[in-house]
Amino acid sequence: MDLSWNLIADVREILSFHFMVNAIRAGTIVAVVAGAIGYLMVLRRQSFAGHTLAVIGFPGAAGATWLGLGAGLGYFGFCIAGALVIAALPASGGTGTAFGGYGEESAGIGTVQALALACGFLFVSLYKGFLSGLNGLLFGTITGVSDAQVLVLLLAGAGCLVALAALGRPLLFASIDPAVAAARGVPVRALGAGFLVLLGIAAAGTSQVTGSLLVFALLVTPAAIALRLTARPAAGLALSIGVALAVTWIGEGIAFFSPYPIGFWVTTLAFAAYLLATAYRTTTDRLGPRRRRPAHPGALAESPS
Amino acid sequence: MTPTPVPGPNTMTPVGPAEDPQAPEAGRGGPGREVVSLQRVAAGIGGRPVWSEVNLTVRAGEFVAVLGPNGVGKSTLLKALLGLVPISAGRVTVLGSAPGRRNAEIGYLPQRRAFDPGVRVRGADVVRLGWDGNRWGIPLPGLLAPRRARAARDRVREVIDLVGAESYATRPIGQCSGGEQQRLLIAQALVSRPQLLLLDEPLDSLDVTNQAAVSALIQSVCRSQHVAVILVAHDINPILSYLDEVIYLAHGGAVMGPPAQVITADTLTMLYGTPIEVLRDRQGRLVVVGQPDRPPEHPR
Repeated sequence: MDLSWNLIADVREILSFHFMVNAIRAGTIVAVVAGAIGYLMVLRRQSFAGHTLAVIGFPGAAGATWLGLGAGLGYFGFCIAGALVIAALPASGGTGTAFGGYGEESAGIGTVQALALACGFLFVSLYKGFLSGLNGLLFGTITGVSDAQVLVLLLAGAGCLVALAALGRPLLFASIDPAVAAARGVPVRALGAGFLVLLGIAAAGTSQVTGSLLVFALLVTPAAIALRLTARPAAGLALSIGVALAVTWIGEGIAFFSPYPIGFWVTTLAFAAYLLATAYRTTTDRLGPRRRRPAHPGALAESPS
Repeated sequence: MTPTPVPGPNTMTPVGPAEDPQAPEAGRGGPGREVVSLQRVAAGIGGRPVWSEVNLTVRAGEFVAVLGPNGVGKSTLLKALLGLVPISAGRVTVLGSAPGRRNAEIGYLPQRRAFDPGVRVRGADVVRLGWDGNRWGIPLPGLLAPRRARAARDRVREVIDLVGAESYATRPIGQCSGGEQQRLLIAQALVSRPQLLLLDEPLDSLDVTNQAAVSALIQSVCRSQHVAVILVAHDINPILSYLDEVIYLAHGGAVMGPPAQVITADTLTMLYGTPIEVLRDRQGRLVVVGQPDRPPEHPR
């Protein structure tokens, strides 16, 4: 397996291995879901909640393996339960004067995260001889995705995207402008809980490819890049998905030809793209037209007769 | 056309439960259609009564200000009209129904909102949320529903023009100044063609020129689109010349009527039970002296 300069031949070589086909299938599903959910997560400033949900997947997977159940079951079960716990925490920012996203109850979420890591470590030590699997749970593995897992990811991902599309506008409204959304009859609190469950599913799915600790490579970085490049929600969502797909595919390709783990490559590529996007944003903001103050505001409305 | 604030001789205005004789009881329908009606209404938050015995009638095309010191429940009044705060006594009718039923026809601007500079969503998208943000699903692309997509786009552009926000509507809203954000939010409140605008301190945190411009904008919308406007303010001067009625809330009670009759030394002294002076400068601006709990100009 040597990398040649003939990229088509390289791709053909990758696809001749069934485990790589599965890895790419899983990566594609996960990237689309993580890119879409991640965009709203970053817009809602719930990155910390997203990270905690990903970490919660670790004890889930470790516990499920210890009990002889599939790791996937543990990821999804724990992440969804964790989402409901976080949704039940008293909101700090709430719908009042906070604006442009939800203040998250970071102390409560952090407490949950610490407990999750501790439980995960306990389950790992209860299950002897698990240590090689531990790396896979935390940092992802390219070889381990089975056909059944791909199917589960596909179902979960499709459900997640359908739900996201159904919640669409009200969720965006509640994320950007909760007070007005509530006055217009949008169930802000219930949408927040629903979104956390979707976030849990996305984090659980992503964990199975990148590992629990590197979920952010797909969940937060593509969204952060998209938000730096465009302020249009629809374009941002598409861009976020596109970036997630690109870093996943390229990362998997590099991981195939290199001895180093996939999580590292995906994360590094995402980080490089993030640096580029930040540099682009900074330069265009500097060079762009100066912020115009409203010209003499009296011209705004005709003066009252 | 606007009731000019004549330096009134200290007219006695009824305080508290008494019906305001100044508000003529117009018949239903017609141009002066009743949009909001409160009869001896009381409200409280968490069991603590905020105000009571509030009577108010607002008709289409009228501009009404809610005044009073901080913590007196001015925002609560707007929330009660939206059905977000339950009333504990009396009768409230909003657009002919109970509060909360017709919120889709109300444009609401909550208090003290400033977008964080990091919010990277265009102003036009924030305005658009006022158009169909409460509908489930995602908007159909223009190819599938061209008429609906065009209607939404045209209406968003129309209100952005109306508030004079064309030049910054495509910028991320977090990077707009306070006055620009306020105009975009007024556009958001107007985009669904509401019959009633509830504005909670829209002039707060604006500088003096922006205060004048936004006040003039609100008044022109009120007159030209026949929208009833209820505006919470703690400084009456920028809007004084535009107002039809004011409602002055104090701890427990309220007085309402034309500004020249309500904002007088005698009325406010009666309302607060402590001596209050109302002074007037040469441009007709009012200064209320001795008001308890005078709110700071910039509370944060």
